[in-house]
Amino acid sequence: MKKLFILFLSVAAVIKLSAQANVYPAPEQKGLLYITHATIHVGNGTVIQDGTIRINNGKIEEVGTALPVPNGNVQVLDVKGKQVYPGLIQSSVELGLVEVSSVRASSDVNEIGTINPNVRSIVAYNTDSKVINTLRNNGILLANVVPGGSLITGSSTVVQLDAWNWEDAAYKMDNGIHFDMPSLLARRGGRGGFGRFGQQASGDPVERAMTQINEVKDFFREAKAYLAETDHPHENTNLKFEAVRGLFEKKQKLFIHCDIVKQMLIAVDFVKEFGFDVVIVGGSDSWMIADLLKQNNIPVILNQMHSLPTMMDDDVDQPYKTPSLLQKAGVLFAINDQDDQFRGRNLAFNAGTAAAYGLSKEEALSAITLNAAKILGIDKMTGSIEKGKDANIVVCDGDILDMRSQIITDAFIQGRKISLDDKQKQLYERYKYKYGIQ
Amino acid sequence: MRKLKVGVLCCMLLITHTIQAQVTFPVNGVAEPKDGCYAFIHARIVQSSLATLDDATMVIRKGKITAIGKDIAIPKDAVQVDCKGKFIYPSFIDIYTAYGIPTPQRQGGGFNFFGPSQLNSNQKGAYGWNQALKTDVEAARIFVADEGKAKQMRDLGFGTVLTHQQDGIARGTGAVVTLSSEKENLTMVKEKASAHYSFSKGTSTQSYPSSLMGSIALLRQTFLDAQWYKSNPAAEGVNLSLQYFNEQQGLPQIFEANDKWNDLRADKVGDEFGVQYIIKGGGNEYQRIPEIKATGASYIIPLNFPAAMDVDDPNEVRFVGLDDLKHWELAPTNPGALEKAGINFCLTTADLSNMSEFTANLRKAIDNGLSENAALDALTKNPANLLGIYDLVGSLEAGKLANFVITSGPIFNTKTTIFYNWVQGNQYPVKPANWYDAKGTYQFAMQGNGNKSFQMELKDGGVASFIAKDTLTGKYTYDGKLVKLSFTEGRGPRAMETTMSGVANGEKWSGTGADPGGNLFTWTALFEKALQEKSDSSRSPKPQELGKVTYPFLAYGEEKMPEQENILIRNATVWTNEKEGIMEHTDVFLKNGKIAAIGKNLPEAGARVIDGTGKHLTPGIIDEHSHIAAASINEGGQSVTSEVRIGDNLNPEDINIYRQLSGGVTTSHILHGSANTIGGQTQLIKLRWGADAEGLKFKGADPFIKFALGENVKRSASTQGNPRFPDTRMGVEQVLTDAFQRATDYQNQWKAAEANNKKKGATPVVVRRDLELDALVEIMNKQRFITCHSYVQSEITATMRVAERFGFRINTFTHILEGYKVADKMKKHGANASTFSDWWEYKMEVVDAIPYNAALMSKVGLNVAVNSDDAEMARRLNQEAAKSVKYGGMREEDAFKMVTLNPAKMLHVDDRVGSIKVGKDADVVLWNDDPLSIYAVPQYTIIDGTIYYSVEHDLQLRKKDQEEKARLVAKMAAAKRTPGAAAGGFQRARPRYEVMHTCSEHEHDHGLLIINADDELETGDNQ
Repeated sequence: MKKLFILFLSVAAVIKLSAQANVYPAPEQKGLLYITHATIHVGNGTVIQDGTIRINNGKIEEVGTALPVPNGNVQVLDVKGKQVYPGLIQSSVELGLVEVSSVRASSDVNEIGTINPNVRSIVAYNTDSKVINTLRNNGILLANVVPGGSLITGSSTVVQLDAWNWEDAAYKMDNGIHFDMPSLLARRGGRGGFGRFGQQASGDPVERAMTQINEVKDFFREAKAYLAETDHPHENTNLKFEAVRGLFEKKQKLFIHCDIVKQMLIAVDFVKEFGFDVVIVGGSDSWMIADLLKQNNIPVILNQMHSLPTMMDDDVDQPYKTPSLLQKAGVLFAINDQDDQFRGRNLAFNAGTAAAYGLSKEEALSAITLNAAKILGIDKMTGSIEKGKDANIVVCDGDILDMRSQIITDAFIQGRKISLDDKQKQLYERYKYKYGIQ
Repeated sequence: MRKLKVGVLCCMLLITHTIQAQVTFPVNGVAEPKDGCYAFIHARIVQSSLATLDDATMVIRKGKITAIGKDIAIPKDAVQVDCKGKFIYPSFIDIYTAYGIPTPQRQGGGFNFFGPSQLNSNQKGAYGWNQALKTDVEAARIFVADEGKAKQMRDLGFGTVLTHQQDGIARGTGAVVTLSSEKENLTMVKEKASAHYSFSKGTSTQSYPSSLMGSIALLRQTFLDAQWYKSNPAAEGVNLSLQYFNEQQGLPQIFEANDKWNDLRADKVGDEFGVQYIIKGGGNEYQRIPEIKATGASYIIPLNFPAAMDVDDPNEVRFVGLDDLKHWELAPTNPGALEKAGINFCLTTADLSNMSEFTANLRKAIDNGLSENAALDALTKNPANLLGIYDLVGSLEAGKLANFVITSGPIFNTKTTIFYNWVQGNQYPVKPANWYDAKGTYQFAMQGNGNKSFQMELKDGGVASFIAKDTLTGKYTYDGKLVKLSFTEGRGPRAMETTMSGVANGEKWSGTGADPGGNLFTWTALFEKALQEKSDSSRSPKPQELGKVTYPFLAYGEEKMPEQENILIRNATVWTNEKEGIMEHTDVFLKNGKIAAIGKNLPEAGARVIDGTGKHLTPGIIDEHSHIAAASINEGGQSVTSEVRIGDNLNPEDINIYRQLSGGVTTSHILHGSANTIGGQTQLIKLRWGADAEGLKFKGADPFIKFALGENVKRSASTQGNPRFPDTRMGVEQVLTDAFQRATDYQNQWKAAEANNKKKGATPVVVRRDLELDALVEIMNKQRFITCHSYVQSEITATMRVAERFGFRINTFTHILEGYKVADKMKKHGANASTFSDWWEYKMEVVDAIPYNAALMSKVGLNVAVNSDDAEMARRLNQEAAKSVKYGGMREEDAFKMVTLNPAKMLHVDDRVGSIKVGKDADVVLWNDDPLSIYAVPQYTIIDGTIYYSVEHDLQLRKKDQEEKARLVAKMAAAKRTPGAAAGGFQRARPRYEVMHTCSEHEHDHGLLIINADDELETGDNQ
């Protein structure tokens, strides 16, 4: 009888959790919350052993080793033996813009047109995407949502991953404008699958790309002139020019998506000519000009660490060791995980690989927390477990960078203890139930 | 004698009309019969590479050589041509041309993963089912002489060509024609001289075949069908394509392969059916000489040496491939390498971007090791012998066609020019003006405005010297008749020139001139003696530094393949995957390619010792689902293509083999893609980097085949609709049912026929052998096993039920992302599961995929593997396995088995690989950390006791490759600085793109230089 009762209970639990729709965003955090006995990986390279974090109304109020925990009406989470990290940050993803990439109707990534600075990712961001909760489960609490397409694709917004709607989710609205720079690689010559040699395609893609790049520059030149006139008569408002005002006022950054040396050197033009804050996204060859990037203060978002070397002659571990080369040169960089099959959940493991190939573990952590926050312009609010920042915190059973030990037990966004349930866990439970597995 | 020469001049320059006439043709005007009898006297006649006659005579009549020798009678009616100092060679034969054949128009088509398919041939008439089989094409019927092209080739020294239509997999017959300008009736030497084949379906718009392995399968089936057709099967009616195919088997069989690996593939198909192809190569045969030699084939070799690249931009050089650089340097060694290996070969003008490169490239080949005799044979005797026309062309002998060239010197010398090319007794001038050598000394005299006399010396390069008390320098030109002369007195601005012109009348020249003052005078010059010829010094090639051929011919290749060693790994943490579990501080001894001992303090016995202290030794990783190392992966032209074989088109030069060695992979199961329900036969390989296709194969393993279900096979991604059945999962189930029903019936037909044919006096029954159904029969007889791409539970169950109905089991469900929903059914059925760790939500059929899948299926009791299906992820399969520790709480040891022992079991090779056990293959990996950790990096990857990868050696290879690349780039730069380097001879630095094959599954990018093979098909680039 007792057994039956237990079984009944678990059925009820399964039914209750049968859809992600039943996973609710957490309510606002009120009052004091203490996370105690923590090994705190601050995000800035330091580690605090047996530390305590005091959170008040969603903000980190104090971090230290000898913080007294008052008796009374305070929440306490004792995490003895566990590792505590800042919430991880995806620096450039299509999260919430596409649900199932092969289904056209479920994609809001690419808009028509080549100069779309006025297009804003945030208005299409779907807080109910099934992917979001799987990311939280792997420690990712913030993401920069970036529109796709060609040339100037629009503005991105940083979102926090526990919200009812996009207005709630917006963490830093319209933080940057994105420029997808066309390829400057000459087209392939032959040697296709049938082993032919020497076919040469016509047309010069490099010339075409340079023309497009100049179109983008021309756009900014015109925008600059337009914006210089402060007294615009109301009958000719240009939405596209208006959309890049933030770039000229340095309230936004220009994210230039490019990979090879010549592209990145052209990206420098946008610093020199327009004075923009430029970020390179992609940067697979950034290691080759690390010193120049450093000199020009251009940070890099490495899009996908888990990728093949660019060139078949390259060192087989080139992408894996690129972060350590940037680190040595003093370039500010973040590690991103833009993968359409894992759907971005392996961010921490991308950083882990960087740690296996030359970065220290804490440096690797910075690449997905504080560095990312700096690059996205949100480091005053988050990116590390430091006084005054939002309490975006992840508690992990083991090393968060290693899949062998990464089990996220608790996560907080703005102090709110969020649910770590997701559709996949629910299906897991459903079929454990079917097979009678505990 | 000089007088005579001038006399001949007139006729040689003027007579180019033809000597023969056809009696069936009406006469317009006067019939003008002629014998065209000429005697070429005092010539140095190179009859062949073996026989040269000095100061000899050749007589021709009616387009043929009638006599040749030193002391032969000159017929009275012969026009005599003095060839003193001249050379006569047999004119060249090009065995691989499309001369005078219309170029078939390409209409696109082919299988496109996203486009509609064309299932049947568009060709009207009583022909076969596949549009790429064009056995009905006869070059003789469509040949139309093309004087423009003929002249181009004659100017290079060619007199005879084999021509055929270069379109399709079977291309019909070729015809031998001469390059004479006579009517086609007379120039056609042999109307059916050869039959032609290739792997490229050319202009065929039919979907099948869409891959290299599909082309091979089609050829194979066509051989069988043609054989069967000989029995006049009533059901087939008349099939002209097969009839012609049979008729053409007696001809020389020429296969356009165009690449070293394709050469070997073509030869292998031929071997299966007792056909020795003559193989048209690609110019990279030198990279695999032993294998090329072993084919026993004769080769037709192009001289398409790649142009040097512009290497002045390091950012462009960054993307240039080491293999392309090396090929630039070594391509000219190809003919020489073939000669050295004793391989019979012809040279062809085919594949030259510009026909005029032929002569220069031929000289380059000679500078790079090709002997002049072999070059001559490759252009004369060898093609003639291969085509069975050596009785007509290929050397200069009485009775053969009067096809020859008259040259100024040895034919392959840089300074040699061809004066005339005679084809079938017709003379065609090439550079006739140079026939007359004016070089020599003359008695020169000026009359009129003050008589002067000089000794005049005419030298190379149009330089003239007028020698009296002083020597005046001047210039001259001479075209055999008209002369221009000049000399200059004084220097600088005060130089004064005297100019003259005139006419040569034999050895006496005369004309008029004007001095600097404008005074006219007359002049004469009388020939005294010729200048002493200097020997041609340009033939002595400078010794050059050349790179070495590496195996494979790619970055990270080596001059010598690594060798098997006896290796003792000391004091490692050994993951045995056996009941001993993980053994600390243990030694493992590898001997003769096998694991020989496991224990403590094992004796060294002369073995290489690797210190395993603090390191982990595991069995090599086995990837159950991979698409590397193949030239094509998807034959999507039909829903059932069980006849195609990945093993037919392995590509040993895929850099991903090496990259995956660096990730600890030792065995990979190379699967057909997922474009159709019943895909192709798979190939298990070991990653023996540097080996050839046969060397990669995992010998003795059970054969497998790939099936696929769901969105890919019902072509959900097709934007223009899908005419190919099936379009739903309902249809997929019927494709399977129908295929196995047909296979069952087929097997019964064979059994009935065999029973019947045993009976005495019974009319024999011939059943068509169907390779597609053969493979399915093998499955039903448990001789071949299925790995089935699958996602959702409905299709998984349906497929199991079809299999059960036909009495077999699905060996493995691969991908199987909803396997967790029907794991109990799969267990009952007896299937294995090979899955991804955490892919999901990239297409509709994976929205319910969960990362707990592997753990759940394991808990239900299935044998579960984690696979890559991805060239990048395969490098981290240990990490993919480790994810089941996170998702589902699997024990580490069990998780690691999912990429080693479990796939070995599902591939039926667990008696060979998958664990560290005495007697198993020595396929092991030494890691610097716990192999499930993200921080683990392989230090050694060992296959069969051979170290194919080590961190230390990898660093050496990087350094070596970097130095080699730098050397070649410097050499290219130097080539550009060389005086006389033509700008047109250079090409822009060419990025080395890499074609990557996938299951048609992929959403993520692999990198800037990766070309997805599916996109490739869309544009038809590789057809």
